[in-house]
Amino acid sequence: MEEEYAGGVEKKFIYINRRAPHGTVYPLESLETVLIGAAFDQDVSMLFIDDGVYQLKKDQSTESIEFKNFAKAFRALEMYDVEKLFVEAESLQERGLVEDDLLVDVEVIARAKVSELIDQQDVVLSF
Amino acid sequence: MKISILVNEGPYQHQASDSAYQFCVAAIDSGHEVSRVFFYHDGVNNGTNLTTPPQDDRHIQKRWSALAESNGVDLVLCVAACQRRGIVDEGERDRNKKDAINVADGFRISGLGQLIEAGIESDRLVTFGD
Repeated sequence: MEEEYAGGVEKKFIYINRRAPHGTVYPLESLETVLIGAAFDQDVSMLFIDDGVYQLKKDQSTESIEFKNFAKAFRALEMYDVEKLFVEAESLQERGLVEDDLLVDVEVIARAKVSELIDQQDVVLSF
Repeated sequence: MKISILVNEGPYQHQASDSAYQFCVAAIDSGHEVSRVFFYHDGVNNGTNLTTPPQDDRHIQKRWSALAESNGVDLVLCVAACQRRGIVDEGERDRNKKDAINVADGFRISGLGQLIEAGIESDRLVTFGD
């Protein structure tokens, strides 16, 4: 469903990913929305907090649960000009993860900075 | 103010559909424009006309359809969410070779682009759901 948008308005969109990758449908839908939204040439950021940080973990395998392994799609985001990926430092730390465990380059930010980041946005979509 | 709404949860299971509806009514009563409601995930179940709640309960789908008719609110169901959950209009029936249509009056099935567009063109996009 590619849709062209010729409105000429550019807003700041942020997609907040808060959930583990396969317990609910929301993480998959977040990616879908980001990829569709790319056609609208907006200023897009993605933020991973809480269990959402697990979405970016390397070496995921979903064969045994018969779910689509969408983690690879995060590597393709660059081609859609989605390059601003933020991960909350405390969320990583609380789960025993470090930046090296993630499959894409991200900017790690402190919890104290998250509200500031959200405050800068025009449209906030939470998944 | 021009407002769009995002509903992320199914009716009757979760308060989101009710709160979203009450918010729309209050916003319109206060002189705001509610231009679009986008139904996503289980939220698309708001748009099936096969719903039959008990007589002493609210009819969530009919309430939406009435709002569309009286105020011209654009009720949009996410197509991929509909396909997964069996919400079908004429086009989807023909495309996917089904034998029934159940999309309710005032609703239409379309893509996620409609959500992004609502975010761009509205002063506020208000989300209901977890």
